[in-house]
Amino acid sequence: MSRHVIGVLVENQPGVLNRVSGLFSRRGFNIDSISVGVTERSDVSRMTLTLDGDEKVLEQLTKHLNKLPDVIKVTHLDAGCVERGLALVKVDVSSPESRSEVMQVADVFRGAVIDVSRDTVTVEVTGTEDKIQAMLDLLREHGIKEVARTGVAAMARGPKYTGTE
Amino acid sequence: MRNGCDVVLESFDAEGVDTVFGYPGGAIINLYDTLYDADLNHVLTRHEQAAAHAADGYARATGEVGVCLSTSGPGATNLVTGIATAHMDSVPILAVTGQVPTGMIGNDAFQEADVTGITMPITKHNYLVQDADELPGVMREAFFLANTGRPGPVVVDLPKDVQTAETDVEYPSVDDVKRGIRGYSPTYGGHPRQVKRAAEAISGADRPVVYAGGGVIASGASRELRRLAEITGAPVTTTLMGLGAFDERDPLSLGMLGMHGTKAANYAVTESDLLIAVGARFDDRVTGKLDAFAPNATVIHIDVDPAEISKNVEAHVPIVGDAGDVLGELNSTLEEMAVRDGSEWREKVKRWKREYPLDYEESDDVIKPQSVVEAINQHSPEDTVIATEVGQCQMWAAQFFDYTKPRSLVSSGGLGTMGYGFPAAIGAQVGRPGATVWDVAGDGSLQMNIQELATVALNDIPVKVAILNNGYLGMVRQWQELFFGERYSSTDLDQVPDFARVAESYGVKGVTVERPSEVEDAVREALEHDGPVVLDFRVAREENVFPMVPAGAAINEILEG
Repeated sequence: MSRHVIGVLVENQPGVLNRVSGLFSRRGFNIDSISVGVTERSDVSRMTLTLDGDEKVLEQLTKHLNKLPDVIKVTHLDAGCVERGLALVKVDVSSPESRSEVMQVADVFRGAVIDVSRDTVTVEVTGTEDKIQAMLDLLREHGIKEVARTGVAAMARGPKYTGTE
Repeated sequence: MRNGCDVVLESFDAEGVDTVFGYPGGAIINLYDTLYDADLNHVLTRHEQAAAHAADGYARATGEVGVCLSTSGPGATNLVTGIATAHMDSVPILAVTGQVPTGMIGNDAFQEADVTGITMPITKHNYLVQDADELPGVMREAFFLANTGRPGPVVVDLPKDVQTAETDVEYPSVDDVKRGIRGYSPTYGGHPRQVKRAAEAISGADRPVVYAGGGVIASGASRELRRLAEITGAPVTTTLMGLGAFDERDPLSLGMLGMHGTKAANYAVTESDLLIAVGARFDDRVTGKLDAFAPNATVIHIDVDPAEISKNVEAHVPIVGDAGDVLGELNSTLEEMAVRDGSEWREKVKRWKREYPLDYEESDDVIKPQSVVEAINQHSPEDTVIATEVGQCQMWAAQFFDYTKPRSLVSSGGLGTMGYGFPAAIGAQVGRPGATVWDVAGDGSLQMNIQELATVALNDIPVKVAILNNGYLGMVRQWQELFFGERYSSTDLDQVPDFARVAESYGVKGVTVERPSEVEDAVREALEHDGPVVLDFRVAREENVFPMVPAGAAINEILEG
């Protein structure tokens, strides 16, 4: 079992996310995260999937994705890709010192404080899943009220790119 | 300008569709109004499920896309079993379903159902058409997808307002469509290096076996399969879906393999050192216990669907491609090579065939169900199609009829749909009016779509229904006898109707056959009768299907009667 990052270019049409997620549930593939957004071409969306699985699972998943007529291209991004996720974290700062400590942690992780109230601070951080998790672990001792996370978006490093042609 | 309904009919015309099966309703009424003046044969079934099965039977018997129509909501959900049946057996059908108007979708309108959502896992692809301008492209794509690559069902869900909206968008060319679906391009020719590796493996094999499935029939590859057997001398076994792909009267034929396959086939596969799988998917009813399936064999797997390769059994030589194309390439390569003399292996296989023929205990007192299939086999003309229901009747039809040509068996293999055979036989008969079409039925299955007696009577569709009537859900009863201590929970159907009288009440000739001595005459008379017939054979109630490999056992661990 190892972690895999897969980029999937799909037709930007209603129902495509449903087709892909439906495929995962009925074929029993467990996906850790999925993110979707439109690409440089308005008619094409990119999904980024992360999953834990062995080579056989990865191969079957790839083949089944490729069978969907709305899927244009499937790319394995494991080796040498850049990937970023985003998390918004609302932290309890009602106790003395918490506010400054939380802001220091945010600073260390190059996060940004994007909202403040009397008792809470909301921090935005982007990075790999590990980095986000590390920050969450540190903030937890102050009392996390709420977390909103995206899946990761990823692409190959260097001049390589995944086009639709 | 023309409206959405005209576009649908235009697509039928362009794709050579002259027959559709269906059932009208409120959300498809506009299309039916257009059909009223159209030069198109519409067969009105008495249940939407039967329309889907008839389209499927038509497709299996002819190789053309079968088309069915229904209204929204319950009409469309009644198609679902038929669509799933076609999906599991890779049959090209197109279902056009009415839908509530676009402005009402999502509001729980009368007879609304999320048909694209419901059918997503059981279609090759589906469409909810939101704009009449999309419809010409969608119809073209739908036919193209249904019948290329690995065939399968496609659903076009057509809201009422899209049916009446006007468009001047032209019906596109196939090339336009191919450009439109950039994510879809099936591989047909095999990779030359893989073909060469396969040829080398074959030429070095001592005990090769060919395992052919429905893909050989879908691809029209029987001639290439025959040639492969000639070159290599390898015996050929087929799956249920593959019956007819290879002439069963050929000395190299092993018949069907798997749970109710021949001993010769199962022993040969188990002892083989090379398995050439073509258009087959290593279904659990074929392989039994996976670890013990062809344990010593190098596996060559040829399939048009890459996702089938190494799904259940690891392929040593995978070849993605069309069965006919790849076998053609493989044969040409093999013709240049020396193939080992497999006479010793062939002798061994022949000995198994001689020692373990399909057999049953005959009787003078009670009709044996197998004898009915034998009589059908003996007396039916060359151009015969056997449709089956599901269960014991299906297995006896598979075992005791000699399939010699592709598209001669129409049977629900993957989904195992009871109620399939009769409507599928109707579709097959409409598609091949010159052929003799039998539905080998059980009393349980037939009752699931018995209302179609009206369809055969009114349209004079001369299907011959042979009911192997044992008053039981026979296959389930057999499992209960063998594995559940004869606890016949809910399998004794008890109140079976007098099928001959049921048939007569619909205007169909009905005959009850009770004596073994009457079987052959009944079959002959049915064949001579110029119209539909129902033969109710009262057969031995507790007859079992043998040989049998219990579910999960190795395929050489065979139970006998």
